[in-house]
Amino acid sequence: MQIPIETFRLDNGLLVTLSQDNTAPIVAVNLWYHVGSANEKEGRTGFAHLFEHMLFQGSEHVGANEHFELIQRAGGTLNGSTWLERTNYFETVPSNQLELALWLEADRMGALIPAMTQKKLDTQRDVVKNERRWSVDNQPYGTWWEKLPALAFPETHPFHHSLIGSMEDLTAASLEDVEQFFSTFYTPDNAVLSIAGDFDAREARTLVERHFGSIPRGSGKPSLERMEIPDRFGQTLRQVVEDDVSLPRLYLAFRSPVFGSEGYYTASVTGAILGMKQGSRLYRSLVREKQIAADASAFTFDLAKGSDLLIVDVTARPETSAERLEKEVEREVDELVQNGVSEVEVQRAAALIQTDMVTAMQSASERADRLSMFATLLGDPGLINEQSARYDEVTAAKVNEFVRERLGADNRAKLLYVPRTEDDTASEEVEAEAVAS
Amino acid sequence: MTTAIKPTPGPAREYHFPRFGRQVLSNGITVIVATVTKLPLVSVATVIDATAVLDPAGKEGIAELTAQALREGTRERNGVQLALELEKLGTSLEAGADWDSTVASMTVLKSSLKSAFSIFSEALMSPAFREEDIQRLKAERLAERIQILDEPRGLADESFARFLYQARARYSAPMSGTSKSVSAATTDDIETFYRENYSPNATTVILAGDLTMDEGVELVSSMFGKWSGTRRSQKVVADDPARTSRAVEIVAKPDAAQSELRIGHVGVPRMHPDYFSIVVMNAVLGGLFSSRINLNLREAHGYTYGASSYYDWRRQSGPFVISTAVQSEVTAAAISETLKEIDGMREKEIGEDELTLATSYLEGVFPIRYETTSAIAGALANMVTFGLPENYFDTYRQQVASVTTQDVLAAAKKHVRPEELQVTVVGNPDLIRNDMETLAIGPLSVRAASEE
Repeated sequence: MQIPIETFRLDNGLLVTLSQDNTAPIVAVNLWYHVGSANEKEGRTGFAHLFEHMLFQGSEHVGANEHFELIQRAGGTLNGSTWLERTNYFETVPSNQLELALWLEADRMGALIPAMTQKKLDTQRDVVKNERRWSVDNQPYGTWWEKLPALAFPETHPFHHSLIGSMEDLTAASLEDVEQFFSTFYTPDNAVLSIAGDFDAREARTLVERHFGSIPRGSGKPSLERMEIPDRFGQTLRQVVEDDVSLPRLYLAFRSPVFGSEGYYTASVTGAILGMKQGSRLYRSLVREKQIAADASAFTFDLAKGSDLLIVDVTARPETSAERLEKEVEREVDELVQNGVSEVEVQRAAALIQTDMVTAMQSASERADRLSMFATLLGDPGLINEQSARYDEVTAAKVNEFVRERLGADNRAKLLYVPRTEDDTASEEVEAEAVAS
Repeated sequence: MTTAIKPTPGPAREYHFPRFGRQVLSNGITVIVATVTKLPLVSVATVIDATAVLDPAGKEGIAELTAQALREGTRERNGVQLALELEKLGTSLEAGADWDSTVASMTVLKSSLKSAFSIFSEALMSPAFREEDIQRLKAERLAERIQILDEPRGLADESFARFLYQARARYSAPMSGTSKSVSAATTDDIETFYRENYSPNATTVILAGDLTMDEGVELVSSMFGKWSGTRRSQKVVADDPARTSRAVEIVAKPDAAQSELRIGHVGVPRMHPDYFSIVVMNAVLGGLFSSRINLNLREAHGYTYGASSYYDWRRQSGPFVISTAVQSEVTAAAISETLKEIDGMREKEIGEDELTLATSYLEGVFPIRYETTSAIAGALANMVTFGLPENYFDTYRQQVASVTTQDVLAAAKKHVRPEELQVTVVGNPDLIRNDMETLAIGPLSVRAASEE
C-alpha cells in the first residue's frame, strides 16, 4: 500500500510533507521538533516536557489556552507529546480550517516568547508536577518509565535521565530557560511540518509559505554528545524495585539496533514473536501453559540514535514469586537464543505488524505523524511507503542471527518490581550478574 | 513576522456518515454493512445482547468471562490454534462484555476476510468452554482483581460506583465482577449464560469496510446461517441510588501521592429525551479542555493535570461523574471549586460563546470520529445496543446545533443535583480528613481500600 507524498523545504529550513486524501473533509497538521528529553541540560530534567506545556500558554497573537479553544471551536482535536528524541504537536480539523491550524502553529514557532510570563510558568510547573504524581508516583510500576532507561543507558548518556523530570529540577526551571530552549530548538530548520488529508496541494503550499516563510532560521543546536554506546551491556544488569504493588513484574531490556536500521526490523519482528498477542511465545508459554504470568508483551522503544531497546514486560500471577517469574522469562529467552524461530512465526509477526500499518493509514492524524517521524528521525518521509517491504525482508535466519547476537546473557537489563516489604532497608542498587560465556 | 489576524475559514465541505444497509436473515440474525472503500480493510463487530446486567447475583463477571472464553477455542480447535490461525492472517479476535452488550470484533485485510471470518464465526457459535481454560481465565481475572487495589484510578471508579448505587443494583459492582463473584463462577454458569443469551435473534453482525451489502449478507449467511436458537428478552433493574442526600467517603490509601476524586450522582439513561442538551451542558461543565472545571482546577489553580466530567451512558442510569486527581493538600479546595462550578451552571444561562464552543466542537469532530472502519463499526454497534434510529448519524449534527442556552440551563437544573452529590476520595486520610470535615459537604466516612 502506497500513500502519495510531496515534500519541499522552505528557505528557512522547514521541511514540509504533504499527503493528500480527499475521502473525508478532514485534515491533519503535525509538527515534529527534533528535540526531546535527550537535549536537556544538567539539572533541568523534565524541561522538554514542561516546555511542551508552555506552548499551549499562548504566543504573540494567541492568548493563554486560546490554542485549545480555537481548535475545539473549529471542530478539531489537538494535543502534543514529548519523547526522548522529539516533541510533537498536532491538530486534526475540518478541512476548511487548515489555515487556522497552520496560523496557530506558526505563531508559536515564530513568536512564543512575548506571551511567556512567570505566572504561566509557575502554574504549568504545578500542572506537570501533578502529571508526574498521576502518571509515575501514584501508579503501580509507574516509575519504570524512568528506572529502565536509567538502568539501560550509562549515566552520561542523553537517554539516561527521567523524561518527566524530578520535582527538584522542575522547581528550578526558569523563564530564562524557556527563552533559551525556544531559541535553540524551536526553529524551522529543526522541525518537520506534515499535512495529511483533504487539501489542495497548491493552496496548502501557499498557506505554509505565507505563515511559516518569514520565521527566521535558527543558529544551530548543540549536537548530542556521547550517544554512541556498545551494542551490548556486556553483562546482565539487575535491579530490584520495591513498590506498592501486589504482583511482581519484570521488565527485561536488550540493547537493539536503532530505529530505521536494517536490524531494527528484525528486532521488531522478534518482539512480536516474543510478545505480540495471544499467539506469541511468552503468552503461550507463561500465561497459557505454565500459568505463571497474568500478562506478557514485548516491544521496541523506537530510538533512532545510539541504541534502541527491545523490552519484554511480564506480570506474575499471584502465586508466582518474583524469582520464579524472572527465571521462567529468561528460560524462554534462552530457548529462543538456542533453538531459534520458525519461518511460520516470522510470518505471523509480519502479518500482524503489516495489518496494523494499513489500519493506521486510515487516520489522517496517524499518516501525518508517521510522515513527520520518518522525516525527523531518518530524513526521508518516503520511508512510510517502504515499511511493509522492509518487514517482508525479515527471515527466520535473520531473526536467529539477531537473537544469538543480542538476546544473550551479556545483553540483558532486568528491572524487577516486587511487592514492598516491611523491611525498608532493602537496596535498589544495580547488580551485575556474572555471565557464563 | 507572524500574522496578527486569525484566518477565517471558507465553507465546510459536505460530509455524511457512511451509508449502511440492514437485513435480518431467516434464523433471526441481523447483518449491517457499511461500505467504506478507502483502504482494503474490513472491520467486523458482532453485537450480542448478552450483558453484564444479566449476570446472576453473586456471580457478577459471568458475561465478561463468557465473552473472553470465546477466544479459548471451539470444538474443532483449541485456543492456541484459534489465536494462531487468525494471527497468521494478520488479525485477532477481541471480545468483551459491557453493561449493555457483548461485542466480538476484528479488523482484517480484505484478502483474508473470508478465512478469518470463518474462524471468527466458529468461535461465536461453537465455543468449547473447556474446564482448564475457564479455570485459567478465572485465575487471570483474579490477578486483575488484586491489581485493582494497587491502582488508584480504577479503585476510585469502582469505589465510587459502590458508594453511589444500592448494593443490590448491578451497577454497584464492577462490570467484570469481584474476587468473590469470579471465584464463585463455574464452567456450568458460563455454559448456561451462553445458552440463555447467545442466539441469532440477539446478535447483529456489523461489517464496515471494503465490501458491498450483497457480499456482507452472503458472507454472514454462509457462516452464521445454520446457527439456531431463540432468546427471550429480560428486564433487570440495575440503577437504584444508595441515597438521595450528600455523602462523602474517603477510601484510605496511606501511601497515595495524590487524591483521586470522584464527585457526582446517578445520571440518566442513554435514550433520555434530554440527551443532546445534557451532552452540550456537560461539554461546557467538564467535557472539553476549555470547560469550566478544567480551566479552573488545572489552568487557574494548577491543582491537577486534568479534570473532566461525563455521563456514563447506559441503557439504565449510569453515573454522572466529575473525575480528577489532585495534590493531596488541595483536596478540599479542589472539591470546593468544583462545587462552585456546578452551582454556576445552574444559576444562569451560559454565554453564547460557551454554547457555540461546545456545539461547534461536537459538530466539527463528528467526521473525525469516524475515520476508521473500526470506529464506524463501533458507532453502528452503539446504534444497535441502544436502539438508536437509523437516521441518528445523519441528524446528529443538527440535533447538537439546535441546543440553546436555555436548554443547557434546564438540563443543568434537572440533571445536575448538588443536594445529591456523592464524593469518593481515594487518598491519604491524614492529609485530607481535617479539611474535608471543615468543608462539611455531608456525612463523612473513612474505610480501607478493599473490594467488598
